[in-house]
Amino acid sequence: MKAYNIIVLAKQVPDTRNVGKDAMKADGTVNRAVLPAIFNPEDLNALEQALRIKDKFPGTTVKILTMGPGRAADIIREGLYRGADGGILLTDRAFAGSDTLATSYALGQALKKIENVDLVIAGRQAIDGDTAQVGPQVAEKLNMLQVTYVEEVKELKNNTIVLKRRLERGVETVKCPLPLVITVNGSAPECRARNAKLLMTYKRAKTVTELQKENEDYTHLYNDRPELNIPEWTVNDIETDKSQLGLTGSPTKVKSIENVVLQAKDSKIISDNDADIENMMLELIESHTIG
Amino acid sequence: MNNVFVYCEIEDGQVAEVSQELLTKGRTLANELKCKLEAIAIGHQLEGIADQIIPYGADTLYLADDKRLYPYQTLPHTSIIVNLFKEEKPQIALMGASSIGRDLGPRVSSALHSGLTADCTSLVIGEHYDKKADKKYENLLYQIRPAFGGNIIATIINPDCRPQMATVREGVMKKSIIDPKYKGKTVKLDVSKYVNDTDFVVEIIERHMEKSKLNIKGSPIIVAGGYGVGSKENFQLLHELAEVLGGEVGASRAAVDAGYVEHERQIGQTGLTVRPKLYIACGISGQIQHRAGMEQSAQIIAINTDPEAPINSIADYVITGDIADIVPKMIKYYKTNTK
Repeated sequence: MKAYNIIVLAKQVPDTRNVGKDAMKADGTVNRAVLPAIFNPEDLNALEQALRIKDKFPGTTVKILTMGPGRAADIIREGLYRGADGGILLTDRAFAGSDTLATSYALGQALKKIENVDLVIAGRQAIDGDTAQVGPQVAEKLNMLQVTYVEEVKELKNNTIVLKRRLERGVETVKCPLPLVITVNGSAPECRARNAKLLMTYKRAKTVTELQKENEDYTHLYNDRPELNIPEWTVNDIETDKSQLGLTGSPTKVKSIENVVLQAKDSKIISDNDADIENMMLELIESHTIG
Repeated sequence: MNNVFVYCEIEDGQVAEVSQELLTKGRTLANELKCKLEAIAIGHQLEGIADQIIPYGADTLYLADDKRLYPYQTLPHTSIIVNLFKEEKPQIALMGASSIGRDLGPRVSSALHSGLTADCTSLVIGEHYDKKADKKYENLLYQIRPAFGGNIIATIINPDCRPQMATVREGVMKKSIIDPKYKGKTVKLDVSKYVNDTDFVVEIIERHMEKSKLNIKGSPIIVAGGYGVGSKENFQLLHELAEVLGGEVGASRAAVDAGYVEHERQIGQTGLTVRPKLYIACGISGQIQHRAGMEQSAQIIAINTDPEAPINSIADYVITGDIADIVPKMIKYYKTNTK
């Protein structure tokens, strides 16, 4: 039986679904410090699809590739706890300010360094931007086919895969050859929970930068157990054309950002007592809004 | 050259609503830029499709007709657009933020190294001054969209790369025929010059497209629920109110994510955009993404336990209290006063 090399693209995102009142600073910028950083939800759906293939095809490896600041190593640890075999943190100031295209370029160049990739699986989109662009753009950069909006891997045989897609107005089942980039929809099965044993095994998995910050010397531990090293790739570890990176490599620029200021309408404040509700309904009926 | 382009999606011989909405927007932009509006339709048996496109003001319609080009597939459609854009060099390219546009747009933008902004809620022409380079740009496309969980509204520009690409959701722009007899020319592309046989690697085994049974967009009254509704059972109350008033039920993304209601009913930046006569927001806090899909409603009633909910500031009626208590009262007093 064939084993597959799978890379899961994952992103650490601020949890924009739980934005509190203190999420914006007085100057109108986003207060990232108060927003918890989480594993992008649809990337977890993607990880689950990868792990299911690993369950079926022993010898398959699942590795997580994430681009972000040092703390994004959390994403790789989270993946390890759930069954991934390893991960790579792509981190460098040179990537700062990247739009989706510059991000896809950097991820694409990192993927080119990894040999024999059969499948790249990513979430459909990240909740901090909702653009759904990075999956298809990475595919284009790698000159690979893409299948987006995937809900289920129906069949995988040798180098052919059958995928079910959940589209806006329907479903589609497609058959195509590997290698391939897949983006997974939120309607796909949720990711399995952390495994207690894996949590114990990998809780000390660290990047070199994280190790340097620690006071104690664990050199020993990491020499004995190389699986605890999370590789960190900077711009020097991948081949890049500097003009395609970061802000410079981003065709889109943010011209301006406006804090959302609500202009209060002249609202009628109504209590929940019967008389008030009845009056409101009467007004709406009289104005022919309803009825 | 240097025109505004719209990619027209086709399903079952029909041009998608969103494409016609974008043609209408594209016409306005082209007028302002004093250039042409061009459209491309890719599919099979496209005779007659021009009647659904040119009346919206398209000066040129490019047709790529081949039986392998329907239904949509990523690689062949990308190749045709990329090769056509290389020849025609449009300044602006618009696509629907649909399952197709969101698959195709990023692929094309990557191949052309042009910027793409997803899910724009507004598109306008403006200028830009780059201080660092001391360079002035005129007639740029401002691509405006909520970002970062809707806490900010960002204006995105692509100063140097062309085309400036944007996707827009269905219902965000309004469609209107400018002249049923508008004069536009049709250009049939020699498909073999634009696609490679190797682009056809995907085999579509099965395909079910449903015409949506719901007509939320066209409903004059919408009763929408958010996370604050609390449960699937409580949503039943909203269905009752909608039925009594002759309206439809909508929902915020949070309610859909929580599984209270089906995804088809989602209203907001990543769902439907609606403009009903009356919008009743129940248990919806009213983040900008949601408001982007409903703030043009003629009248808004907000029912919320939180007197500070952002939705209240755009509501005509603000009721602070419990849905389980208020909604039945609304049903009751509607019935007693309309007999």
